[in-house]
Amino acid sequence: MEILYENLLKFQWQDIVMILLGCLLIFLAIKKEMEPSLLLPMGLGTILVNIPGSTALIGPIQELYGAGIANELFPLLLFIGIGAMIDFGPLLTNPKLMLFGAAAQFGIFFTLSMASVFFPEAKDAASIAIIGAADGPTSIAVANTLGSNYVGAITVAAYSYMALVPVIQPPVIKALTTRKERMIRMPYEQKSVSKTTRIMFPIIITIVASAIVPDATALIGFLMFGNLIRECGVLDSLSETAQNVLANLITIFLGISVAFNMVADKFLRVDTLLIMGLGLIAFIVDTAGGVLFAKLINVFSKKKINPMIGAAGISAFPMSGRIVHKMGLAEDPQNHLLMHSIGVNVSGQIASVIAGGIILSMFGG
Amino acid sequence: MFLTDITTAQAGLYGLLGYSVVFFGLILLMVVVMIIGKCFIAADKKKKEKAEKTVIPAPVAEAPAAPGAAGDLKLHNVEPKIAAMLMAIVADKLGKPLNELRFLSIREVEE
Repeated sequence: MEILYENLLKFQWQDIVMILLGCLLIFLAIKKEMEPSLLLPMGLGTILVNIPGSTALIGPIQELYGAGIANELFPLLLFIGIGAMIDFGPLLTNPKLMLFGAAAQFGIFFTLSMASVFFPEAKDAASIAIIGAADGPTSIAVANTLGSNYVGAITVAAYSYMALVPVIQPPVIKALTTRKERMIRMPYEQKSVSKTTRIMFPIIITIVASAIVPDATALIGFLMFGNLIRECGVLDSLSETAQNVLANLITIFLGISVAFNMVADKFLRVDTLLIMGLGLIAFIVDTAGGVLFAKLINVFSKKKINPMIGAAGISAFPMSGRIVHKMGLAEDPQNHLLMHSIGVNVSGQIASVIAGGIILSMFGG
Repeated sequence: MFLTDITTAQAGLYGLLGYSVVFFGLILLMVVVMIIGKCFIAADKKKKEKAEKTVIPAPVAEAPAAPGAAGDLKLHNVEPKIAAMLMAIVADKLGKPLNELRFLSIREVEE
């Protein structure tokens, strides 16, 4: 008889809180559709690893963690899928948009200073700062490579805020712009981009970015490899596989193995709340950085830019680009900013990967 | 000289340096992409010019108007732009060239 309740008695309040947190992640994934592909496996993984006596299960998850996250394999493989999904066309028609991608990385470096107040260990402060890359795989890869003690919390913060971009960005954009600025129209000049340019782009980006920031080579290389598969025109089936099957499969493994770090003694700390707060600051400052940079450009430029497109540089692709487009339409139904905002958005993806590489080269062992 | 602990002042300095490097990198990429884009455009132009020079157009009799062209087509509450778009879509879906199709009229269906 004892065998029936023996394990139940081992439950501690911390385990129950973590199981409830797992349920919350599943609820957010299903009901609120917040990054469901990642939050759902993470939620179930959190429940699994917090059941007392579940060592038999933790073993395989730990193996998966070691095989895919500790060595950065899963985030990098996921980048192949992301690269295959991205159309760099809007950026290639107007390469100047790259500047906005760079500007919107301000949150990373601002948060680095803020995080250092609470987390004096450089590897932790830098790993928390990279939440501002608004790019889950980069956050996981950087936090793991630096050996941060907070990989679980950082992953949850990065993905949660990415899902909350539609809630976080609009108020920040509105606070920093006037209605007149939000109504600035930006006619889109349709230019055709040759196939050769599309093929050369990922190759050139890989060479140049890796030469500048060697620590970003793996991140940028895998991202651009995915894009090359997409653009080469002779590997359609591989491109489709990378965009769908590979990305989905890796997301399942990533989600469930990240949960290995979601055990009560590692997660239920004041530090976790601090990380969530700092992550939010990073996203807000990223958005502000992009918008303010666009406003600065407007001071010197005759051809005015709608400052909202600067906010799309935070990389959360393609959500951020779409939000800016929607906000433009809300102010003026004839104001179509999509091509500009998506161009800035994909440049943010490149910039965030470079920023990740810079953080690694500064704080990596 | 990798840091184990970091002060706020050091973090600020590293942040400033890092942000500058991100800008430098993206500016460099922008310049490279612009130069390469221009090179390809110039190369394409040269190719086109060469092709135009080598092909001497033979005198061609004026082609008869394609059946279904604007002259025959009656539009009812439909703008010519939209009609052109619809015809192109139908041709694409059928997999036939537009001049092999005959459109008699396009009418907007009002509920």
